[in-house]
Amino acid sequence: MLAVTKRENVQGNTACALGAIAAGCRFFAGYPITPSSEVAEGMARELPKVDGFFVQMEDEIASMAATIGASLGGVKSMTATSGPGFSLKQENLGYAAITETPCVIANVMRGGPSTGMPTRPGQGDVMQARWGTHGDHPIIVLTPASVSEIYSETIRAFNLSEFLRVPVVVLFDEVIGHLLETIDLTAPEPETLVERKWASGKPEDYVPYATGEDMIPAMARPGDGYRAHTTGLTHDERGFPTQVPEKAEKGVYRLLDKLDHHRELIESYETVQCEDAEVIITAFGITARAAQRAVTNLRAKGIKAGLFRPITLWPFPVEAFKKQTENAKAVIVAEMNAGQLVLEVERICAGKPEVHKVNRIDGEVINPEQLENAVKEVLS
Amino acid sequence: MNVAPYMSAEKFDIRSYMRLDLFPHFLCPGCGHGMALRAMMWALYENNISMDKLAVVCGIGCSGRLGAYIDSNTFHTTHGRPLAFATGLALARPDLHVVVITGDGDCLAIGGNHLIHACRRNVNMTCLMLNNEVYGMTGGQVSPTTSTDRYTTTTPGGNREPVFDACKLAEAAGAGFVGRELTMQVPTLKDLLKEAFDYNGFSFVEILSDCTEIFGRKNQLGESAEMILSQKSSSRPDSYGSAVEQPFRPNALKTGVLVAGERPEYREVNGVRQKD
Repeated sequence: MLAVTKRENVQGNTACALGAIAAGCRFFAGYPITPSSEVAEGMARELPKVDGFFVQMEDEIASMAATIGASLGGVKSMTATSGPGFSLKQENLGYAAITETPCVIANVMRGGPSTGMPTRPGQGDVMQARWGTHGDHPIIVLTPASVSEIYSETIRAFNLSEFLRVPVVVLFDEVIGHLLETIDLTAPEPETLVERKWASGKPEDYVPYATGEDMIPAMARPGDGYRAHTTGLTHDERGFPTQVPEKAEKGVYRLLDKLDHHRELIESYETVQCEDAEVIITAFGITARAAQRAVTNLRAKGIKAGLFRPITLWPFPVEAFKKQTENAKAVIVAEMNAGQLVLEVERICAGKPEVHKVNRIDGEVINPEQLENAVKEVLS
Repeated sequence: MNVAPYMSAEKFDIRSYMRLDLFPHFLCPGCGHGMALRAMMWALYENNISMDKLAVVCGIGCSGRLGAYIDSNTFHTTHGRPLAFATGLALARPDLHVVVITGDGDCLAIGGNHLIHACRRNVNMTCLMLNNEVYGMTGGQVSPTTSTDRYTTTTPGGNREPVFDACKLAEAAGAGFVGRELTMQVPTLKDLLKEAFDYNGFSFVEILSDCTEIFGRKNQLGESAEMILSQKSSSRPDSYGSAVEQPFRPNALKTGVLVAGERPEYREVNGVRQKD
């Protein structure tokens, strides 16, 4: 039997809201900011229809806090913002990381730094998304490149966040956020949606941060009788503050190792004609779409170009990238910032293949012609 | 009538509500926070609130550490943000009884914006602000409620900034229930907290605590008992009205229930399913 598809022409930001609801999100706390406001507006419109709750908080900090607060109550929750607001959310993002509270944050990137260019696209939050909050912390960052992918990656963000108990950022630029595309909004099969592991068994046997081989602790849902303590202080397995060096080190390393342990599940990428490519462009978001066109145009002229598009930006799919680029002459990292992802790529390549970069920070997108010229230059 | 609270005290055993394996607690000798915690647990007991259905959300500072000692669902959040965390929790889980424990710095300085909007929004929860006039945990810096001329580590020449009246602020921001009490009379504080916990909406209670070890010592305010007695002499129950007039208590801080009004609770107004 053919599945009935539900095709609609929607904006990227709206697709983000619809994806969240399809993933089971039932709480959203937000604060208006260009160019992400349509995510909050979509949630304000759609959440009440599924008995969810939307609240507009007094500021970006409060909306992140309320999102985590709702998740601590056991409800899948989300917030959305752009660069300046993302900066303000970093404090509580760190709290979500150390307390292992699932939550999803959509960051629709605009030109920066500071207030920058609110209505213009940028990709300058690559490093903020990874290292914005202080201390060594785990985080997952997904970068969709189309409206359809915003929908599917937002669903994946919830699944990863719930399963791994880690904050997940859905990072895309203003162009994708405001792009209108006709996409399939068919709801995912219920069995594909992930719920976090809840505490079970006798309350007296429950140890809040004890884990098995999967390194993921079971969470206590308030009201279920487990009476756990949750703190942003470095804590032991019981969840209470500790400054015992061995316990502190063990706790933080488990947070980091948890993501390494599940790398295969987290990592996602797309390749276009990398097999025989002499030059491989690495790009994400709207820049990857320009790169895809550039590859098509170059191939038509007999130039062997390819594209490596990370869909999971952090942790970067290191092994896949190495494998795809090992026979290439050069890699070009194209991004709408002054050179952020290129730092990670240079670290991975360590000189082989050689790494070049194409950047743009004027509020305009990188176009295919710019990339075609860069490839030709590298080969000349 | 005066006897009743003490009678119920015989049945109330605070030890059965504490995580005793974390004791000894970390509060300084003479700190008023322990008495505030006792009054809070006593009020919860008399209001028949289950520890399984209670959620205690704390901020950062000495007050923020109280949550860990309560054998319930406890959340020690970030500096100034407990009201924002609690808003999310209370909206997502209206079946829980949400209590926020915060301090004067946490609630009025770094968390001031969250306080006024929590008062305005009126989500069902109770906020206990433990006012000890100082940032104790960080070593004794000036706070928005430090009395005029008091010495702190960041006001070596005495405090010259005006003092925030948290209760007036809460009232002006729209809080439907506002109260203030000292730690001196724990049964009286307990009775006030019972009313606050019963209130359907956002209730705000300022508890005047004493920081003997850091603030009291620096300002030569004496031992804990002397500090508490001086709190008593500078405050007056609001219910006295004009019966005891000035000039006997010229700078009296009003105590007791200061505001008790009917306001629609946020979730009840906004939680209804909207039509397309």
